[in-house]
Amino acid sequence: MAADESYPDDLRYHREHDWARIEGDEAVLGITWYAQDALGELVHFEPPEAGSTVAKDSSYGEVESVKAVSEIIAPLSGEVIEVNQAVIDSPETVNEDPYGAGWLIRIRLTDLGEDDNLLDAESYRQLVSEQ
Amino acid sequence: MTYVSLTDADREEMLETIGVTSVDELFQDVPRGVRFDRALDLGNPLAEQEIVERLEALAARNTPAGEEISFLGAGVYDHYIPAIVDAILQRGEFLTAYTPYQPELSQGVLQALFEYQTVICELTGMDVSNASGYDGTTVAADACYIAKHATGRTKVVLAESLNPQVRQVVRTYAPGFGLEVVDVLHRDGITDPDELRAAAEGAACVIFQQPNFFGCLEQAPDLAAAANDAGALAVAHVDPISLGVLEAPGAYGCAIAIGEGQGAGNPLSFGGPHYGFLAAREEFTRRMPGRIVGETTDVAGERGYVLTLQTREQHIRREKATSNITTNQTLLALGGLINLCWLGPQGLRELGETCMALAEHAKDRLGVPLVFPGRTTFKEFAIRVGRPAQDVMREARKQGIHPGYPLGRDYEGLDDALLVALTERRTLGDIDALAEVLSA
Amino acid sequence: MKLIFEKSRAGRRAARLPQPANLAPAPELPAGLRRADPPRLPELPENEIVRHFTELTTRNFGIDTGFYPLGSCTMKYNPRVNERVAALPGFRDLHPHQDEDASQGALELMHDLQEMLAEITALDAVSLQPAAGSQGELTGLMLMRAFFADRGEADWRRKVVVADTAHGTNPASVTMAGYELVKVETDPRGNIDLDDLRTKVDEETAGLMLTNPSTLGLFDEHIEEIARMFHEVGGLLYYDGANLNAVCGISRPGDMGFDIVHINLHKTFSQPHGGGGPGGGPIAVRRQLEPYLPVPAVARDGKRFRLDYDRPKSIGKVRAFTGPFGVFVRSYAFILAWGRELKTMSEDAVLNANYLLARLKGAYELPFDRLCMHEFVLSARGLKREHGITALDVAKRLMDYGFHPPTIYFPLIVPEALMIEPTETETKETLDAFADAMLAIAREAAEQPERLKEAPHGRPVQRLDEVKAARRAVVRYRFEEHPDLAAEPAAPAATEAPKGV
Repeated sequence: MAADESYPDDLRYHREHDWARIEGDEAVLGITWYAQDALGELVHFEPPEAGSTVAKDSSYGEVESVKAVSEIIAPLSGEVIEVNQAVIDSPETVNEDPYGAGWLIRIRLTDLGEDDNLLDAESYRQLVSEQ
Repeated sequence: MTYVSLTDADREEMLETIGVTSVDELFQDVPRGVRFDRALDLGNPLAEQEIVERLEALAARNTPAGEEISFLGAGVYDHYIPAIVDAILQRGEFLTAYTPYQPELSQGVLQALFEYQTVICELTGMDVSNASGYDGTTVAADACYIAKHATGRTKVVLAESLNPQVRQVVRTYAPGFGLEVVDVLHRDGITDPDELRAAAEGAACVIFQQPNFFGCLEQAPDLAAAANDAGALAVAHVDPISLGVLEAPGAYGCAIAIGEGQGAGNPLSFGGPHYGFLAAREEFTRRMPGRIVGETTDVAGERGYVLTLQTREQHIRREKATSNITTNQTLLALGGLINLCWLGPQGLRELGETCMALAEHAKDRLGVPLVFPGRTTFKEFAIRVGRPAQDVMREARKQGIHPGYPLGRDYEGLDDALLVALTERRTLGDIDALAEVLSA
Repeated sequence: MKLIFEKSRAGRRAARLPQPANLAPAPELPAGLRRADPPRLPELPENEIVRHFTELTTRNFGIDTGFYPLGSCTMKYNPRVNERVAALPGFRDLHPHQDEDASQGALELMHDLQEMLAEITALDAVSLQPAAGSQGELTGLMLMRAFFADRGEADWRRKVVVADTAHGTNPASVTMAGYELVKVETDPRGNIDLDDLRTKVDEETAGLMLTNPSTLGLFDEHIEEIARMFHEVGGLLYYDGANLNAVCGISRPGDMGFDIVHINLHKTFSQPHGGGGPGGGPIAVRRQLEPYLPVPAVARDGKRFRLDYDRPKSIGKVRAFTGPFGVFVRSYAFILAWGRELKTMSEDAVLNANYLLARLKGAYELPFDRLCMHEFVLSARGLKREHGITALDVAKRLMDYGFHPPTIYFPLIVPEALMIEPTETETKETLDAFADAMLAIAREAAEQPERLKEAPHGRPVQRLDEVKAARRAVVRYRFEEHPDLAAEPAAPAATEAPKGV
């Protein structure tokens, strides 16, 4: 079942439709409801390797639907400490629960001040409503 | 012959509907400076009968396989093609269809390609096959592209005993792919596994041929192991007709199997169109080039087939695609499928055994030295004729016999060598005739 | 319908092979090289094989079945005489390593075809070797590389400009040739945006790849200026010949300023597409690029034809031998049939397209309101907005009316695109029947949209679950372990239109 549209207030957002949940010096990353809806039913997640580094505003992996492929942009920089195996096994988890079970990777942040220019939920909602 | 379907009255009516007064007006967006203002210099239009006569006259100036006793092979083989292949391929629903973009109107081609993929996987011992590549040379370049991205390495190793045209094509593609190409010389007709292992250090892949270009059987399992030891993908270039008797590449550790399909189901046709096949272990599925057909169900739960994993391909992934291929060789691949179904597992094994037996008989009967004595061969072997092979060929052809392919075209020191191919179409009498010519 | 493997019974067979008397059996192969487990090829008698594939043909649609206006694919009638001549034993059974003396007819045919294509494209030299259009593209880009390397400019000429309307093969070929892709946008009239282009062409530019007319079916009105821009910085122009059917004898790529052209023999010159191939992708070039063409070249010495391998600057070989010869025979026969009247082919193709466009533009949105060339692009955006009916629904409903759908969702810059190419070989009655169907569908979209959503009706299968196909990737039959996909739930998005981001 596809999730209903939502943009939780406790997350920070990147304008390329990615979110981050910052937990101390770590962060969990994923794609927003808007991104999964635009792509349609996901069929594949190409993850980064654990231990590799991701850089803010750069692609760290890909998600695919049947007719589209989209790069996933990192909202923050860090080292990959965990990849969500559940999404690799069942990519539709992202469609069903984009902010919960459908998270993509967990990183250890390398630049703690970086979240300053990410959007809050309100600003991101505004951005999406203009698209 | 005329292919015009509109009458002048149709044209008038249509122009009126469009709202212009002449056909010329339809081209108003074409700038004057680039208009062509004379008739193309292409001669008078011909009637169908005249076309046939003209082409018959051209065809008559060629000597096809049926008009001489031919021992030519070297990558393209005169195997028998059963009548049902043409009968089915000439049906317009297959012949005149485009790529199956609309699955509800294309279940015939889609299911047939799924069956083709299965047959290729069975022959090669692999998990996934694409729906065909251009030919046995370009699939080698495809394999290098897969290997480059799978390993992140930029060197490819080719056995010298791999078909020279395959090696040439890989060399043509390599600069664009950012690949360096290294050859491993043959030792008395086969590749030495230790030399291959040394060369494979740091390589993305190793490509060898089984049976190789000289017809000799490589120690294929040892070559695959040597590649695997070095962390390079082992790629075997195989002859489908051999795979009823020779081991499948998947069974001896290869990552990818490729080959020229022509011998199974396609006429010689002066070198094309034929089909190349490319099959791999499951882990390379998303790196495969070209079309792949997958099974699914429709909204009512009926089984059906679609083009799948299309995000690999150029129309979606564009500059990041696994290949630029779109048109492939579907009809030729279907010819291969039908031919292989007609043979069945029994027939394919018997065919391989017959070719081998004929080749063994010919080696004895010809009474000339072998270039690589002691090597096990399949349906081809190299002989020394004691003088320039081109001369022998010329003289033999005057007797209505084509004695084989002059290896000196591709290999130094083999100017007196001919590569002799035996298919099931050659008889013991043909071999006697060749022996006689060679002893003259 | 069963797979052929599911009809197999051990011990059945179709083939009987010759068993030469007095032939000693082949010696036993060493273990390790000898096949351990036989391949599981199907075992059927011949009549069952014929029935199997005949039933499959009944589940397929070709030009011989009906109208096939698949945009950018030029699905014209494939004359049967071409099949007859390609099957002449002198062509079909000719070995590619046959002596030149014994293949003069084949070499002459290729040489003649090269000259015909040079005349049609207004260029100087032709190689028939590339196997298809996309390989022609790659070959053309390799020629650019070799040309600039020879002039010592390869190090800094790294960029190739491609229009946003281009076929996906263009950007994919750019990458495979080792070039950097630069995208240029389309202006509101459907031409290349010259202002955008000016900022993207400089001495780092190797060249441009362009389809003209474009995939919008529009001839670029500024082609002369575009050519000037590239030539002024020393760049080369590559012509994607996918749409050559619009301009034969009307405007030749060489005269437009292009330096390298590929020709799709399976589009313009009637090689049957065979359900996906074979094709043919010869390339034609200006004299300055001839030294780099693939080997061997087919050359002429007086009355004799030969294969010329002595081309030291050649890029090498891009496929085996001299190319897909059987395709050449068919296209050669096709060009002989038209001869100097080939221009009529393009005129009728363009007339047919404009006629359909005139009949349909009231019912579907037309993003670029101009006369078209051999094809045109409509948008179902209005139907989607008002009735929830997508280009995909229109396409599937057309099947119920007995037509193959047009190309949909391409080019990418047009939402809900329907790309229609009727070709020259259709009668006015066929065009009218198709237009009537399209208009009826537009009405149905308002009156009974569910009828469209459920389409097609009465086909062997209904709409297929592509999500399941991609997620499970069942790409071969697995015999006893073959999964039962019907037992697995369908994805909810199975009937939705493709989406992009």
